[in-house]
Amino acid sequence: MSEAAQPDANRPTGSGAQTDEWAMIAALRNGEEAAFTALVNRYHATMIRLAMIYVSDRSVAEEVAQEAWMGILRSLDNFEGRSSLKTWMFRILTNRAKTRATREGRSIAFSDLWSIDQEPDEPVLEPERFLPSDHAQWPHHWATPPQSWAAVPEERMLSQETRALVQGAINTLPMSQRMVISLRDIAGWTSEEVCNVLNITESNQRVLLHRARAKVRRALERYLNEA
Amino acid sequence: MTTENPLTCKELADLVTEYLEGKLSPADQQRFEEHMDMCPPCRIYVDQINQTITLTGALKEDDIPVHIQDALLDAFRAWKRV
Repeated sequence: MSEAAQPDANRPTGSGAQTDEWAMIAALRNGEEAAFTALVNRYHATMIRLAMIYVSDRSVAEEVAQEAWMGILRSLDNFEGRSSLKTWMFRILTNRAKTRATREGRSIAFSDLWSIDQEPDEPVLEPERFLPSDHAQWPHHWATPPQSWAAVPEERMLSQETRALVQGAINTLPMSQRMVISLRDIAGWTSEEVCNVLNITESNQRVLLHRARAKVRRALERYLNEA
Repeated sequence: MTTENPLTCKELADLVTEYLEGKLSPADQQRFEEHMDMCPPCRIYVDQINQTITLTGALKEDDIPVHIQDALLDAFRAWKRV
């Protein structure tokens, strides 16, 4: 890194991730195209994914993401690091998306969007997978235990078909679960980042993630336990 | 030493995300791990959740079309000049 890429004097001290982030910001302010391209490659697809919560279709979400990049560039010199760069960028994105949704006349109760109360309280595993609560010896222990996948050949586990199965299972999840599992397990965000950007509580985030992962596991189980 | 109030398999399945996120209290974490130690199906269950996370992580975000990358880079160059 060049001298110019060294962090600002007033940057918060902290983890390596924060150091990387301030190096990134310095590179952007320096006009380094490689830094900008890296940022776009890292976040653009996720921006579109998030924008699609609010707007009607993918082409509008694409426009929103591009507008957000313009907003990010315009505001970059004012970024003070009170939140992470990622959180800050995605707040700009969600604000644009909400503005656009309002302009489109889409009336979404944004506050309800992430409420777990909005979702059917379905068990993540079928109740009959467990013995009844009044079972004499083993109440609520497995009636139908999961079968190990150890015998599944690796090439099947890593196949395009298995990947499509996982993607298909994610696609059928309710929006809030789909978004949380996508950000956590595909995009690799931390729970704190997800909570900050989606403006949800940690426990809410965890419930959504729990349901999403359990359902994807269940879909894998059905598929892998076929002969 | 084993805990007084062992978990059921159903409870373990309900707590697996809290366990993996490191959000269980020390006492509950101990109950969780003691149950796993003695229950092969629950070990399989937790292992399958971990495999699910790994397989989900193998999915990739869509590639960005070249014309959009170009448009964004043009915007960056214009911003730089200001």
